[in-house]
Amino acid sequence: MQIYLPISEVAVNAFLLLGLGGLVGVLSGMFGVGGGFLLTPLLFFIGIPPSVAVATGANQIVAASFSGLLAHLRRKTVDLRMGTVLLSGGLVGAAIGVWLFNYLKTLGQVDLMVRLCYVLFLGVVGGLMFVESLNALRKARRGAPSKRKKHTWVHALPLKMRFRTSGLYISVIPPVLVGCAVGVLSAIMGVGGGFIMVPAMIYLLGMPTKVVVGTSLFQIIFVAGFTTLLHATTNYTVDVMLAVLLILGGVIGAQFGTAIGTKMKAEQLRILLAGLVLLVCAKIALELLLTPSEVYSLTPGAE
Amino acid sequence: MRRVLALLALLALPPQAKDAAAEEVVLGLSQDSVNISTDFDGSDILIFGAIKRETALEADPLQVIVTIEGPDLPVTVRRKERVFGIWMNTAKVVVDAAPTFYAIATSAPWREAITDTEDLRHRVSIRRAIRSVGAEVMDSQNFSQALIRIRKDSGSYMLLENAVTLREETLFDTRISMPANLTEGAYATRIFLTRNGRVVSQYATVINVRKVGLERWLYGLSRAEPLLYGLMSIALAIAAGWGASAAFRAVRSS
Repeated sequence: MQIYLPISEVAVNAFLLLGLGGLVGVLSGMFGVGGGFLLTPLLFFIGIPPSVAVATGANQIVAASFSGLLAHLRRKTVDLRMGTVLLSGGLVGAAIGVWLFNYLKTLGQVDLMVRLCYVLFLGVVGGLMFVESLNALRKARRGAPSKRKKHTWVHALPLKMRFRTSGLYISVIPPVLVGCAVGVLSAIMGVGGGFIMVPAMIYLLGMPTKVVVGTSLFQIIFVAGFTTLLHATTNYTVDVMLAVLLILGGVIGAQFGTAIGTKMKAEQLRILLAGLVLLVCAKIALELLLTPSEVYSLTPGAE
Repeated sequence: MRRVLALLALLALPPQAKDAAAEEVVLGLSQDSVNISTDFDGSDILIFGAIKRETALEADPLQVIVTIEGPDLPVTVRRKERVFGIWMNTAKVVVDAAPTFYAIATSAPWREAITDTEDLRHRVSIRRAIRSVGAEVMDSQNFSQALIRIRKDSGSYMLLENAVTLREETLFDTRISMPANLTEGAYATRIFLTRNGRVVSQYATVINVRKVGLERWLYGLSRAEPLLYGLMSIALAIAAGWGASAAFRAVRSS
């Protein structure tokens, strides 16, 4: 069944969109990532204009994350306090990121920068996570208790705050900085930033994995919502029709994903997410390195 | 049958005040507007007509060229080059006006249908329809060729040779498929009659392409009230997320 999308100005199969939304939703619920890093390239692939794909992707992330967050709230695996601290940094970061994005646009290389950002961050994050969770898995098999370093430089900073749900008593400076950095990246790369946020919370802040997913979702909702509004008011590129179809698939997928996620071991979850991140990274890197079939490209409008 | 009736009705119309061409086009369209609704999946336009002539038939064969041209919009064409092993955009040409859609149907192979001089004068072929001034690179020709190539591949530009059926040099008809990714606006439709590659008569009309219903409303809202539209999108997302969560729990608890 073909459906005409009013902002994208293309006709796409409605079931294909439902399926795409569902797939990304499952991942979102399982790993606590918004799935933007996967959804946005997939939308390019089926012929949605890139600007619309980025903006509408953000809107879809709001829905999928909200659905997932509700499931986590019932299970009490959301550290609202930590989420709010991360968010305060995130919004500042998003504003800086938008400014940076427009600056790169005037230089004319924003597309390349976005791709390089993807390759760099997906590669580093995916690689680190893969190695770490492999080690953890091996340790768990040997029966040794997986112990995390209890005291790092993170614990020596001032402005300490107690995060009961996470079982942490640390300074607010690292979470604010993490939130801010993720905000900058998410504005430039057009994603919620969960794939950076989740490992940052585990490895930098030392939060328990079970709490990380819900807290990440909480934070993503606001950052993605902020991005949606920004795109809708400045570029007019949010396609509600496209979003509704992606959301319908996505919210259902997210519920299944959450159910799957709770049945799996934390290390297994992390290794799967790492594999996925590396896969997307490799695909984008290949696109940059291989000779394209068409070296010319069209962009509507005179820039 | 309906087509024939419409044609007869057109033939009965009084002659229009035009220049003293010996042969004139009397035109019919299967539809003079295209409505883009939610289930829009492209549209076939049937263009048919008759040639009215005051004089006797000439010896040279008559040819018919039909063109449909979408709204002209600027477009930036970029070229990638390998820099330090990475493919990146290095050169660009801004084309001031390129039609978003352009279809040409002819009753003979292109070479026989029209001469280059006449093509230049009437701006018939695809490459003549693209206007680019003040190009910054040496080989700007390559860029406009790339533009045509990419748009041909995506079905936005088409040259349909021998696609016009001409009967006894009097009745003609052709069918042009418009793709689903149409831009709103007035689509200029032109018919040229040629002999020996020279245009002997031409006729122009317009097909209006517009969004209707929900499509029109959403598009309008996103432009007129972007903040409201953005908030509506987010509210919709939140509601859908909550709805799915509630529905899923209801299913599982039962």
